[in-house]
Formats: sequence, structure tokens, C-alpha cells
Amino acid sequence: MPELNLTSAPAHLRHGSSIGQPLTRRDGVLKVKGQATYAADNHPPGMLFAVMAVSSIAHGRVTSLDVAAAKRHPGVVDVMTPDHKPQLAIDPEIKTNPFVFRMEVLQSNEVRYANQPIAVVIAETLEAATEGAVLLAPCYETLPALVGLDAGESFVPPVVGVGNPAENHRGDVEAGLASAEKQIDVVYETPPQYHNAMEPHAIVASWDDDSVQIDMPTQGLMLSLTRVAELFGIAHDKIHIRSPFLGGGFGSKGLMAGPPVLGLMAAKLVGRPVKLVLRREQMYGPVGHRAPTRQRLRIGADGEGCLTALDHHARTVSSTFDDFYEPAADASHTLYAAPAIRTSHDAVRVNTGTPLFMRAPGEATGSIALESAIDEMAWACGMDPLAFRLKNYAEVEPITGKPFSSKALRACYDQGAARFGWSKRSLQPRQTRDDAGLLVGWGMGTATFPALMFQAEARAAIRRDGTGAMEIGAHDMGQGAWTALAQIAADAVGLDIDRVEFKAGTSDLPDAGIAGGSAHTATAGAAIHSAGAAVIAKLADLATKDQRSPLFGAGNAGVIARDGRLIRRDDENRSESYTEILARAGVAEVEARGTGAPNPAAMEEYAMHAHGAVFAEVKVDPELGQIRVTRMVGAFAAGRIVNPHLVKSQLFGGMIWGMSFALHEEAITDRRSGRIMNANLGEYHIPVNADVPPLDVITVDEYDPHVNALGIKGVGEIGITGSAGAVANAVWHATGVRVRRFPIRIEELLT
Amino acid sequence: MKQFDYVRPATVAEAVAAAAQPGATYLAAGTNLLDLMKGGVSRPDRLVDVTHLDGLDQIERLADGSVRIGALVSNADLAHDAEFAKSYPAVVEALLSGASAQLRNAATVGGNLLQRTRCAYFYDTASRCNKREAGSGCDAREGENRTHAVLGWSESCIATHPSDFCVPLVALDAIVEIEGRNGRREIALDELHRLPGHTPERESALEPGDLIVAVRLPPAAPGFAAHARYLKVRERTSYAFAVVSAAAALRIENGKIAEARLALGGVAAKPWRARAAEDVLRGVAPTADAFQDAAWRALADAKPSGDNAYKIELARRIVVRALTLAAAGTPARIPALPASPFASTSGAIHA
Ligand SMILES: Cc1cc2nc3c(=O)[nH]c(=O)nc-3n(C[C@H](O)[C@H](O)[C@H](O)COP(=O)(O)OP(=O)(O)OC[C@H]3O[C@@H](n4cnc5c(N)ncnc54)[C@H](O)[C@@H]3O)c2cc1C
Ligand code: SF4
Repeated sequence: MPELNLTSAPAHLRHGSSIGQPLTRRDGVLKVKGQATYAADNHPPGMLFAVMAVSSIAHGRVTSLDVAAAKRHPGVVDVMTPDHKPQLAIDPEIKTNPFVFRMEVLQSNEVRYANQPIAVVIAETLEAATEGAVLLAPCYETLPALVGLDAGESFVPPVVGVGNPAENHRGDVEAGLASAEKQIDVVYETPPQYHNAMEPHAIVASWDDDSVQIDMPTQGLMLSLTRVAELFGIAHDKIHIRSPFLGGGFGSKGLMAGPPVLGLMAAKLVGRPVKLVLRREQMYGPVGHRAPTRQRLRIGADGEGCLTALDHHARTVSSTFDDFYEPAADASHTLYAAPAIRTSHDAVRVNTGTPLFMRAPGEATGSIALESAIDEMAWACGMDPLAFRLKNYAEVEPITGKPFSSKALRACYDQGAARFGWSKRSLQPRQTRDDAGLLVGWGMGTATFPALMFQAEARAAIRRDGTGAMEIGAHDMGQGAWTALAQIAADAVGLDIDRVEFKAGTSDLPDAGIAGGSAHTATAGAAIHSAGAAVIAKLADLATKDQRSPLFGAGNAGVIARDGRLIRRDDENRSESYTEILARAGVAEVEARGTGAPNPAAMEEYAMHAHGAVFAEVKVDPELGQIRVTRMVGAFAAGRIVNPHLVKSQLFGGMIWGMSFALHEEAITDRRSGRIMNANLGEYHIPVNADVPPLDVITVDEYDPHVNALGIKGVGEIGITGSAGAVANAVWHATGVRVRRFPIRIEELLT
Repeated sequence: MKQFDYVRPATVAEAVAAAAQPGATYLAAGTNLLDLMKGGVSRPDRLVDVTHLDGLDQIERLADGSVRIGALVSNADLAHDAEFAKSYPAVVEALLSGASAQLRNAATVGGNLLQRTRCAYFYDTASRCNKREAGSGCDAREGENRTHAVLGWSESCIATHPSDFCVPLVALDAIVEIEGRNGRREIALDELHRLPGHTPERESALEPGDLIVAVRLPPAAPGFAAHARYLKVRERTSYAFAVVSAAAALRIENGKIAEARLALGGVAAKPWRARAAEDVLRGVAPTADAFQDAAWRALADAKPSGDNAYKIELARRIVVRALTLAAAGTPARIPALPASPFASTSGAIHA
């Protein structure tokens, strides 16, 4: 990994506060020049290539592998199989904590899903390893595959998502429905989806005795390190992971999956560095996905359009061997003020890799169903969808009754609707055509995502030359951590951003927690903020206790750090530079650590969520059924905006993802074999440039004193929620056809 | 990857000799073939790279008014030849609606004609596929087949030919020039692709070693330039294969259709020329009723091969629309969203 040379366009450098500035990303130039080293770009001397052979059946057993044929192929060095592999220190089937998922690392001949790794061929070249994997010509004993939402006996999972109860209720739903004047009872379906990060999962592993150097994209350096340590029985300080850049993760690179472990095992087996990169189609199995759902919503409203009850049930799937349950129904907990709410889940087990967090897990699937159903309910009540949502605006969190720590959703509705021109919408569907005769429809959806906090630590230093350093093992998945966190760091130590050496992306730095749950900027940012405050306090101590300093006697609380100086709060004329303070004290640098963590007391008291409102316009060909989104406006309130430029990009990305959910994305599974038939980016459709209309993002001011010290809520996932439903609702408004199975297909609109 | 020989012949004769060997395959830009090789779907022993052959990358106007397009002309170069676009606008609209700009820059005319089906079971080597492995069965028949054929299919194979380019070409009576072991011959494009019958593995009329050297459009083809369109319904605005497409070309004289040409894409194992529909349009006024009638004729023999009955109705509607658009006149410029139902939408800046 070459020295990171992060840059900012000089025009963007600003004195004073860094937070809030729209800096361009500091790793942008590196990336454009191809100098940003992703994991697979590493080639240590002597490196071999490993290629996984994966199962073509979804359920059964491997009965034979032609290892001899593979080994005869020129260039093949070794073939790792269940019978020939390094021993792990613990059984990979043991779940040592809730964030450990079972993985397939050749522990047996059993096949539990299609594309499961069944052997690894290691060779001098990628081509030889690839052909070696083909020559293995596996034979199987095939058992019937469990496929789809009706695969077998359903059950109520113990928990959904991360430890959420499978069922929740408040008030009497049946009574609420019985008393309703208007009622709907509708079933929505969402398909399996795959993360499809642009960068496939990859690892380059080099063992040196019992220590190991790992290049691997990860959203959780320390979680990965801990898992490697326990699987291989080595101490934490023997492991060094570098993950400076990820080409997207979306949840699939959060927890250690089987393939990188196989890369480590392969390197150990052959005693040489090994690179293992997944092929695109191999990402449809062992590295997680979003499970399909079938959601039934029963909603009642009184004559005024006030909700009387909201019942949201979600059926989902997990794998046959582990548990992750898409918490889709939980989307109904926070948005609409129904006096009676019930959410529940059940599931069946199917032969897939275990589902996993995928960008807005639960919120995305739940939101498209809930927002569509709310739209149906508004129509049933004869009300404008925005008026209906305002009528049922939740002043406190409906499922808990807690007040919100902040909630500027009303402003989102107002500003978004004004920008979009929503007031001109016809109530009736299929009323509007453009000049070319295309049907035009307008739809909206409410966006929401919890404001989470995890645990993180950072180390800050201020040096005698007047520069600062901030170290934190944070992760840049493309969202802009190299930039946004450095902005927070700059303010935390009172220096311009180019005077702060910001280090991130390796496992030898303080633990930044996980880049997930839209909580990374908030959590890592809080740690940086507190480390900065701590180091400034130390520096202030040096100055204010020294009679020779103009700050003598000011006391810790009495100075502020700005532009490389400590300044008396009550008298800005009295100040001293960091260099002067440290030189006089005869110290090279002062350093301190700080942490970021959730505040249990605040969480007990408040419901904490980001909110938004998304408005979409679609055009539909009235005879041919092809759909095109022509306009989207999203207004989001997500606390303090650290970098408006990056935040906008995150929200754009989320809105596009939402559009993709409504119109494009689906892993097509063969109902007999359980194989995914479109495991490539040519046929697994996501929007291309031509599908993406001008997007308009408004960030609504929101001050939140409770979520964390900086008042930051996340923006990584919320953009999907609301958007998917807005597009679906716009399709209904354009055509008058309510499609309840996503993605919406042409044939459903051929009326 | 399987090891294979790579040869780069200097002349067409050498190429034909090299490719006539069992296990040999021509390599053009490789945008389809290399994908198939990476997936283990094609495992040739020898690649005969034709991209360095001289003289096959020209667009020639012949004295009789026809145009001869060399097999190595790239899809993009052909589409961006202004003179060609003026004479054969539907061909250009089809080309520009296919794949992506990057793929079109690489892909060749010959390769486009001979690209393989996109049937997922053909690509998935763990599935049974009569086309990939003769006699093994067809997993698409009872599988995920909502985009499969509705015309000309057999119990052995329900795949479609995915090319957009071929659809207007077949409507305009394109001719394929072939160099083979017995010298040069030519056939109508309509005869190049075979319907599956009992032998879906035999996809074309080509014999081992046969090299497509050029595609010719006959002198009559530019006569349709004023009323020629391609329309392609797909699941996203760009970079997707057709669910169903149609090329419609009319010669209108004195308010009547003197001659009509109509072909469908995405419905059969070959670009589907709808001659019966053309017949009913001859000599009638270009009215909605006439187009409806033509659409019914075009799909008269259609039947679903799976979860795809909707494609029949969709195809009818596409025929009507394509004919309507053609009758309205070829636009002065190729739309920014070529062949799209949204072609007329203003403000579209990507294709
Ligand atoms: C993601 C993706 C999306 C696509 N979307 C579309 C689309 O929307 N519409 C569309 O029409 N196409 C689409 N294509 C297909 C594309 O048009 C073809 O891949 C391309 O035209 C093939 O040309 P090539 O020169 O690369 O052929 P190659 O891949 O080199 O060859 C293809 C086949 O033709 C044979 N061959 C090539 N040249 C000759 C010759 N002169 N004589 C005899 N045999 C020959 C080869 O042996 C091989 O079997 C898409 C492709 C991809 C990968
Ligand atoms: S439809 Fe044809 S190409 Fe597809 S699986 Fe069947 S035989 Fe193969």
C-alpha cells in the first residue's frame, strides 16, 4: 500500500470550521488516477492465486472431486478440500457471539446452498487456478432444494434483525380494525436482492510464522480481526489488516464471511501469500443477501382519515443452518400515529446462503410495503397522500410512546412538496399525460431510519510543529470517511484540515467499530470529537498552569482551540499557538484518547430517528407498460450535516437504490434447483445512468442535542426508504394499477 | 481457464482453413465469446482471431445502390456513419439501442449477427440445455422463462435470438456474404439463423470454417428511409436486451403504403420477419386499423412457451406502435434514447 496522499482542491480549503463545509473527497484524485489500492491490487512477492470451486446444487453432498485432474493441470500448486486443509482453532459452526455467522470453510461435504465453496484451487496463475477448479468436476448426491417463501413449515423466529423481538404491539389492533370506517387488507412481495458491491470480496493473505498480513475490504476491522484470531487461534497483535478503501460494502463486508477465511487457510496451506477474489457470480451465495418478504398489511381508518389500527406481518426466509430475519414489519413502529399497532414476523428455511444486513435491512423492505399501503389507505379515504400522512403524523414514537429526540419531518414534507410542486397533483390516478401521450404519475413516501450509535475509540495528538494527528481504524466504503471524519478531526483539534494527519483503515489503529447502521460518522465522529477535546484539554493544562503563558489562569474551560491556537474564551486578544505552548513545555507532542458510544439514558428517554419525504414522478407508456422515473425530490432531516456534498451523494445513492427496489432489482431463483439464474450484472438489473433522472436533495436543518455530542444522525441508508414507495406509488398514480409485487414488471401494466 | 490455441491468420483463406478444424471458433471482439469462455459455456480448443484481417472493416457503397458492410466494422462505427444513418435509419436506431457504448465500440457486425442466446439456462452450465449440450434436455421449458420465445420455438428449445441489429436488417432483406471451404457464397439473413426444431444446437446455416465477410443491404433498402423505425421495449431505459422489439419500414406513395417491412426481435430463435403482416399492409392507407390488422397477422401463430403469454400481446402493441411511428416519418435525428418508448421525451440526455 503506497503512502496515502490525500488531497483537497485548494479552493475548498477554508479556515475556521471544517464541519459543514462541502469538501470534495480527499481520496478522489487517487481514485481517478488508479492509485487508491484496493485489496486485490496487492501483489506480495511469491503470491499465488486461489480460486474457489462452488457448488452447483443447492442441497445435498459432494460425493467426489477429481483432485488429481486439477493437480495435473500445469501451474496448479495445491487443492484445498475438506480432507486437505489447515486445521482451524475452533469449529466454524460455533457462534461465539451474535455477530458471528456460520460459514462454509470446507468443514464437511455437505452442501447447503448453491454457490457454496466446496474446494479451493491454488495455482501460479489465475488462469491455472480457474481451470483447476473446473477440472475438479464435482459429483453430488442431490437432495430436493427448499426454495421460496412457501418452502416449508413456517415458524416465529426468536428475534428479527439484530435482537429485535419478532412481535410487537401497542393497543388493540382487532378492535381498531373493527371500529374502522375504511379498511384495507393487502399483501406485498419483495424479491431476494444481492448487495452487488462493485468491488467483489477479495483477500490477499501472507503468513509469517504465526503472524499474518491481510489485505481485505472490511466494514469492521476489529470484528474481522477478532474473528480471524479465534478461527486461527492467534493473538490479536499477530494480525494486521489493511482496508483503506472499499468498493462498496452495503452490509456484505461487515462480518467475516467464508471466502476470506478460505483465502487465509489457502495461504497457510501452501506457505506462500495467496490472493482470492470472488467472481461476480460467486457473490450470489456465501456473502449474504437481502431475503425476500411477503408482507400483509391490514390498516383501518375512521371517517376523518385518522388511523385506527395498523397490523403489519412479514414472512421472510433464513438459511437452513443459521438465523438472520429481515425485520421488515418493524418499519411500522415509528412513522404513523395509529392508536393500535401490531408487527409480527414468521419465516421458513430455504437452501440459500444466510441472508444478511443489506443497506437499510428491514427498513427498505418494510418501507416499500408500508408506504404503498398507506397510499392505498389514503386513496380509500379519498385523501391526498400527503394530507393523509400529515393527518397521521406521529408526534411521539407510536410503538413506544417516547418523544423524539428531534423530528423535522413536517419541514421535510413542506419543503419537499413545495420543491416538487405536489399541490398540483390530481387525486385520481391515470389523469395526466405529457405532450407525447405518456401517462404521468406522482407519488410520495416517508423516509425513516434509526439514529444509531456503536462503540469507537480514537487517538489524537498535537505536535510541536503545530500539526495534529488523529488515528482511528475507520472505514471508507466510498461514502467519504477519509474526508468527513478528517473534517471532524480538524475541528476537534482546532486546526485546518491539511494540518491534521488523519489515519484510518488499518487494524493497528484504535477500534472504530463497524461502518454500518448508518452510524459510522456519528460513532467514529464522536470518538474523534472526544479525543480532540481530551488532547486540547491537556494542551490547555500546559498553558494555563504556566505563568509564562498569556493564558495563565484561564482554566481548562476558559480556552477554545482554533487555527492552531488556544484562545481565552473571555478575551480573544489573549492567545498562544500550539507550537509556543509545546516548545516552552519542552514536549514533542501531547496525545489523548477519546471514545464514542451510545448514551443509554438518552436512549431510554427518546426515540431517535432520521426522517425524510421523497416525491417521485414517473412516466409510463400507456400501451407498452415501460416505466421511466423522470423526477425525484427528497427532503431529509438527519441532524448535523458534516459535509453537504458527501451527504447529498449518499442520499442520491439511496434514492437511486430505492428506485431500483421498485423497478429493477431481483435475483431470479429457479424454483426447482434453487440456483440464481441472473447472477451477473448484465441480467441482475440495477438502474443505469439513463434510468436516473435529475435528483433533487434538500437537507432540512435539524438540531439534535440528544443523539450524540455532535448531533449527527446517519444518512447512509435512509435514502432508500421512502424512495422505493414513492416510485411505486407514482406508478399507481400514473396507471391506476396497483402492483403489489416488486420489482414492478411490464406485464403487470399491460392493461 | 481452459488452455487453447490462438491463431491470427493473415488472409481470409488462412482463416477459413484454420477455423475448419474441429474445436476451432472465430474470435471477433469477443464481447460475447469471451464471456461464454469465462463461464465454461464455450470451451474451444482454438481461437481464430479475425480482427486483423485486412479489408473487412469497410462500409462500401456499391454501384447498384446497395451497401456492403464489412464483418469487422464495429457496431459504433456503423451507427455513427452519417451517410449510412440517413439511408438506413432503423438499422442505426437498433444498433444504438443495443448493449452499451463501450460494448458497441468493440462489437463487430459479424459477431453481432452470431451472438448467442441470453437464455439463462444456456449460460448456466449446471442446467440442462439442448443448445449447449445436444440431447441433454431444456431446463428453461419449465423454468424461469418469462422472456423466452413465443414464435417458432420447439419442445427442444424456447430460446430467443437477442440481437437488435438483425431485426431491421432482416426487414430490409439483408444478405450475408460468406467465405467457406468451397469459396464464397451468399444467403439471405433470413436464412442465416435456424429455428430450433429437434436440433437447437445447430443455430445457423454456417458450416465449419464459414466466415461471414460482409452484410449487404440491397438497392431497395434506402427506399424506406423516410418511414423507418425500430422500437424496443426493455426493463430499463438502456443497457438491456429487448423483451420484445420491432422494426417497421414503409414506402408510402400518395397516402398509401406501397410496401411494408416488418420484423420482430426477442420473440424467436431468429429475427422474425412478419411477411403475412407486410402483405395486408400493401396498398392500404397507413391507419390504426390497418396496423392492428397487421399486428394480429404478425402474431397469428404465436403461443406462449412458459410464463410469457404477455409477450404476445406486448408484441402486437409494439407492432402497432412501430408502424405508427414509421408512418409518422423518420425523425431528422436519431433520438437521444434510441428505439425507446421514451424517445420523444425531452430532456433525455443519456442513451
Ligand atoms: C452486457 C451485454 C449487453 C448486451 N446488450 C445487447 C443488446 O441490448 N442488444 C444487442 O443486440 N446485443 C447486446 N449485446 C451483445 C453484443 O451485441 C454482442 O456481444 C456483440 O455484438 C458480439 O460481437 P463481437 O464482435 O464481440 O463477437 P464475438 O464475441 O467475438 O463473437 C460472437 C460469435 O460470433 C462468431 N463470429 C464473430 N465474427 C464472426 C465472423 N465474421 N464470421 C463467423 N463467425 C463469427 C464467434 O465465433 C462467436 O461465436 C450485449 C452484450 C453484453 C455483454
Ligand atoms: S431454451 Fe434453448 S437455450 Fe435455453 S435451456 Fe432450453 S435448450 Fe438451452
